[in-house]
Amino acid sequence: MAYSDKVIDHYEHPRNVGSLDKNDEGVGTGIVGAPACGDVMKLQIRVEGDVITDAKFKTYGCGSAIASSSLVTEWVKGMKVSDAMQIKNSQIAEELSLPPVKIHCSVLAEDAIKAAIADYQKKHGTSEATPSTPE
Amino acid sequence: MSIETPIYMDYAATCPVDERVVAVMLPFFTTHFGNSASRTHQFGWVAEEAVDKARSQVASLINANEKEITFTSGATEANNLAIKGVAEFLASKGNHIITCVTEHKAVIDTCKYLERHGCEVTWLGVDASGLIDLDELERAFRPETILVSIMAANNETGVVQELEKIGALCHARKVLFHTDAVQAYGKIPLDVDAMHIDLMSISAHKIYGPKGVGALYVRRRRPRVRIAPQIHGGGHERGNRSGTLAVPLIAGFGAAAEIAGQDMAADTERILGLREHMRERLTAEIPEAIVNGTLQHHLPGTLNISFAYVEGESLLMGLKGIAVSSGSACTSASLEPSYVLRAMGLNDELAHSSLRMTIGRYTTREEVDYVVDRIRENVERLRAMSPLWEMVQEGIDLASIEWTAH
Ligand SMILES: Cc1ncc(COP(=O)(O)O)c(C=O)c1O
Ligand code: FES
Repeated sequence: MAYSDKVIDHYEHPRNVGSLDKNDEGVGTGIVGAPACGDVMKLQIRVEGDVITDAKFKTYGCGSAIASSSLVTEWVKGMKVSDAMQIKNSQIAEELSLPPVKIHCSVLAEDAIKAAIADYQKKHGTSEATPSTPE
Repeated sequence: MSIETPIYMDYAATCPVDERVVAVMLPFFTTHFGNSASRTHQFGWVAEEAVDKARSQVASLINANEKEITFTSGATEANNLAIKGVAEFLASKGNHIITCVTEHKAVIDTCKYLERHGCEVTWLGVDASGLIDLDELERAFRPETILVSIMAANNETGVVQELEKIGALCHARKVLFHTDAVQAYGKIPLDVDAMHIDLMSISAHKIYGPKGVGALYVRRRRPRVRIAPQIHGGGHERGNRSGTLAVPLIAGFGAAAEIAGQDMAADTERILGLREHMRERLTAEIPEAIVNGTLQHHLPGTLNISFAYVEGESLLMGLKGIAVSSGSACTSASLEPSYVLRAMGLNDELAHSSLRMTIGRYTTREEVDYVVDRIRENVERLRAMSPLWEMVQEGIDLASIEWTAH
């Protein structure tokens, strides 16, 4: 399969690989996927006020899954939490020119950011937007 | 010394044609282009002579008689012909077939087809080493069993089944034994008599011959095996397989078989040495690199290793200019990881994390070292971004986690 230049760029130079302290009050952690499916994504955000000031990821999955999570961390930094909730997998797939068989990798990245926000909101007893759960 | 890429390490998928084989083939495209079925002139005679020579070259590598070789378009066709041909010919005797879950798709899908058309199929499992259980095989026989089809060597793992024992069990019950020997033929010694093999599928392109030609060995004596043809026409190949013979390809197949026989001992020693060098380096230099399949019963050139907590396709993507294959689901259209590794009881992480390297006649030690270095670098890099690796380093048992499978 031929990868798009953007997928290759994110794969070779992933942005924001790493971890934040999951016990930190200001940090939300989302872990989605399953080893059985061959993909697990961990996405973490640090929130100050209503703005995401930092984001980190670790991904076990194909190059497209790595690129999708890398891209999302890049996008959400500096974004308002409410805006980050609106990120759609189709935007990720379009930006990375993912072929149809790789769409689920972008779905996973959307689920991961939503799960991270949900975790942050749970810590703070707020949940003005309930995240959609993956089927 | 600089290394030339791309590096080919996928000889189980196919091989380049040996130059010596190409030289044998060329005249049959142009000067000696005759139809081997043309009995009335020299063009036909020359072609027929070439086919006869190839037939005996292909046969002698497995201690068979040339009359027992039916040329086909490849091993997929040979597997179809063997299994459907026996099922049809022996339909009045029985309808039960025994095979194994780790067979090549050409056997699996043929058996599934027959299941939809009145046959019953017993699917034997394999143990962690990749071998079938001979006791389980014994228990699977029924009065109506007509055929056992068990591959000689597995294409993903290189594990070699205990053919002689399987064949003996079959013959004691007068049940026919077919083996898909595509990966084993020309790589390890095979003897249709000693191993009690009645039908054997082989393919030229896995032994440095051309693509598009293979053969089915069909035993002629003790017992005389009869099969129903699946392609009807002019009655070529003793009626087993009609169609004008692909003379240049067949001549190449014969030459490749002869070379494989001559060079087997030397090739094996060199290739096994490289394979072991690769295995030793990978398992010593990379933690949690796990060899799949027993090395006690194994092809010399194949190495299947799982690099735990690293997904196979992402690893392949990092191995630029290196041709190897993976059992990862992400590399397959079905998004299922390798059914062969799953059948061996590998957990999901390991099945998704496997690479298959196959070393062949033209692989060099420099290439092996280069590939090992690139694998090590990439596994380290990908583990640094693997949440599973991180959890395991923190002492978390991955099996204890409730994953949100989708
Ligand atoms: C074990 C096995 N059986 C059958 C085949 C199919 O052979 P062919 O490519 O000649 O159809 C292959 C290779 O693709 C194989 O590895
Ligand atoms: S993670 Fe499997 S296809 Fe992307």
